[in-house]
Amino acid sequence: MKHHLFWPVTVLALLLLFNLLYDPSFFSIKLREGQLYGSLIDILNFGAPLILVSIGMTLVIATKGIDLSVGSIVAIAGAMACLTISKGADQNSIGLVATAILMSLALSLALGLWNGLLVAGVGIQPIIATLILMVAGRGIAQLITSGQIITVTSDNYEYIGAGSLFTLPFSIFIVAVMFAAASLLTRKTAIGLFIESVGNKPVASRLAGIRSRAVMIAVYLFCGLCAGIAGLILSSNVSSADGNNAGLWYELDAILAVVIGGTSLNGGRFYLAGTVIGALIIQTLTTTIYTIGVPPEITLVVKAFVVLVVCLIQSESFRKTLMRRWRTRRYPAEKELTRHA
Amino acid sequence: MEERRPILHMKDIHKHFPGVKALSGVQFRLFPGEVHALMGENGAGKSTLIKVLTGVYSIDQGYVEMEQKRIAIQSPQDAQEAGISTVYQEVNLCPNLSVAENIFIGREPRRFGRILWKEVNRAAASLLEERMNLSIDVTLPLHAYPIAIQQLVAIARALNISAKVLILDEPTSSLDRGEVRQLFDVMNKLKGEGLAILFVTHFLDQVYEISDRITILRGGEFVGEYAASALPRIELVSKMIGKELKLLEELPKQQADANEAAGELLLEAKSLGRKGSIEPFDLSIRKGEIVGFAGLLGSGRTEAARLLFGADRPDQGSLRMGEAGAVHTPRQAIDQGIAFCSEDRKGEGIIDDLTIRENIVLALQASQGWFRSISKKRQSEIAEQFIEALNINPPNPDQLIKNLSGGNQQKVLLARWLLTDPKLLILDEPTRGIDIGAKAEIQKLVMSLSEKGMSVLFISSELEEVLRVSDRIAVLRDRRKVKEMSGDDMSEQQVMKAIAGGGEG
Repeated sequence: MKHHLFWPVTVLALLLLFNLLYDPSFFSIKLREGQLYGSLIDILNFGAPLILVSIGMTLVIATKGIDLSVGSIVAIAGAMACLTISKGADQNSIGLVATAILMSLALSLALGLWNGLLVAGVGIQPIIATLILMVAGRGIAQLITSGQIITVTSDNYEYIGAGSLFTLPFSIFIVAVMFAAASLLTRKTAIGLFIESVGNKPVASRLAGIRSRAVMIAVYLFCGLCAGIAGLILSSNVSSADGNNAGLWYELDAILAVVIGGTSLNGGRFYLAGTVIGALIIQTLTTTIYTIGVPPEITLVVKAFVVLVVCLIQSESFRKTLMRRWRTRRYPAEKELTRHA
Repeated sequence: MEERRPILHMKDIHKHFPGVKALSGVQFRLFPGEVHALMGENGAGKSTLIKVLTGVYSIDQGYVEMEQKRIAIQSPQDAQEAGISTVYQEVNLCPNLSVAENIFIGREPRRFGRILWKEVNRAAASLLEERMNLSIDVTLPLHAYPIAIQQLVAIARALNISAKVLILDEPTSSLDRGEVRQLFDVMNKLKGEGLAILFVTHFLDQVYEISDRITILRGGEFVGEYAASALPRIELVSKMIGKELKLLEELPKQQADANEAAGELLLEAKSLGRKGSIEPFDLSIRKGEIVGFAGLLGSGRTEAARLLFGADRPDQGSLRMGEAGAVHTPRQAIDQGIAFCSEDRKGEGIIDDLTIRENIVLALQASQGWFRSISKKRQSEIAEQFIEALNINPPNPDQLIKNLSGGNQQKVLLARWLLTDPKLLILDEPTRGIDIGAKAEIQKLVMSLSEKGMSVLFISSELEEVLRVSDRIAVLRDRRKVKEMSGDDMSEQQVMKAIAGGGEG
């Protein structure tokens, strides 16, 4: 059996190779004004929010759940932070920015808790429970921004999504920290084992003494937090909050990233590193579509097609069928010989 | 009776599954105007036979005659067209549609393509009235009525579609006594009208109350066909279990351990019960004692054990574990030193996608909480220790448990619970479906655990096994604890009599 990262890494490498052949300057990275620039850096930078959301989504999906509300939480978190800053006298003061960040993260956690309680406490199916916040959340975000786009002028806030540290975009460090935190929490404590157990066999897990409710609430909390941080990065990058469009369709990209990364929607085993690569594949694909100049009206179709191919390549049964067809077409006689072997 | 011709005759039916002979040479006859009980323990082939008859499975060898004509049943559709209708234990109707819609769905009376609702409701009401003696509001949704009524509606629908042979598969298992009475009245009425009814149940009392004849299967083979009045209960039980009574009497009595009175009281249940699952029972277990539960499938063995572990909530009675007090959830039970190996190893035991190592440490880790994590190194040590002690194969802690054989999965589950060092170990069918070698190993293990002071509640369908390991045996029948025996009272014959009930038969 191949390593679980084999296919995601292969697909990512193929995508990058395609870009290299199409435009040899794709891999070039330049240092300008103490900051690195280049397509690869862009992919990491713009992909940061998606990676974060996908990490949270991975744990939720591992419990056989799903969180459709992450896009809305992204919008709400951005709106909350921008609103707080825009009300301040000195928009750039560290204290105000810190307050804004804390308030919006607290709100994200509260929304995660809401999802968790609906799923684990009330017992609503995850897809329905989180659909509530997916729809209502857009409304909440617009209530916070009063239906306007709130613009802020705060260098300190802007640093989260657009600043740079050690020549790299700051958002990359946020992602690294969250990825490390998620990995440590799930691999160094027993939480990872419980998540996989509950996702794989809820009844057997209960009989083994696992408090599955607490596990479920924890993953939705964490997912909410990840989406909140992603919301901060996105809104800080453009110094504004758009309740209507920020984080739109993020939930779908995130679910896709998780699946491409090798975690099954049936719950159980999960692969955080796979998810990160899955999110990078999606971001690279988006970037590629822009660089090769696909007409905007068919970009979604192209994206859908590539995603379909990626998913098919990942499917073991599809690969086997394909190989069998291919062999029979080329060596019909040989198949006849080996049939009885 | 014998001059009459059977309406349904299954001859020399064989059915194989990969590695298993589910049915070999089974025959079955059903006459018009009779209720015929199909009996057998778990794995005897009852459900396979029914699935063959209803077209869910195809027949490998043998054939079915309906009214002296050979018929081929390839699909449930074929069975229905031949006049064979089935009502399953769980009602297969749409709970959110009305009673009338459920009866006539797909066959509504129409005019010019429009459904005549008035006609539907009228016909449904009169059908229920005439054939089921049931007058209810047929415009209400089905779920507004109790299961018993839903079952009658399902029967009415089945009869209305095609009605020569009616198969009732465990129809009474979720009904209370009054409801069973109501169902039996309907069955008697239909029988009088000439319908042939095939009845599957594991309640012995009901078999004798309603059936005219009994066919017994065991291990996929035909044991015999008997008139119910000519087959004493105890003989029925011995034929189902596969032991001749005469032989049993000659077996030497098992010597019970003498430590039954010595140990202090560990667990005490007083009139613990749950409606529809097990009637209130008393049970006490002492330290170091092995208590066996004997009884047929569905007698309430598992249900009783689940109450003791907190897996189901009792609706009456009390349960005390030592000084510590009540048990309401599995987690509390584990904290107080109870461990429970479910009979449903695949569904409620193993976590498929996890490794042997992870499956073993799961319960201990759960009781230690999220942050007092057992290091991977320690986990591997523990796993290797148990792999060696219990002879688990393959001896690789990182193998996924779903790739193991049943016996090895069972050993991993035992390891999971032994690791928590329980005071009381509840084993529900720990040896079902595993090979003889592993079986003996598990029995030996249980006995050595009890010598070290662990109490064990041992549940098994195999009488021999229960007798061998237990110090004391509680017998359950029809969801009631009917008898408790220990010491010299414990013999296969005594236990079988208690299982059969109804006096000497």
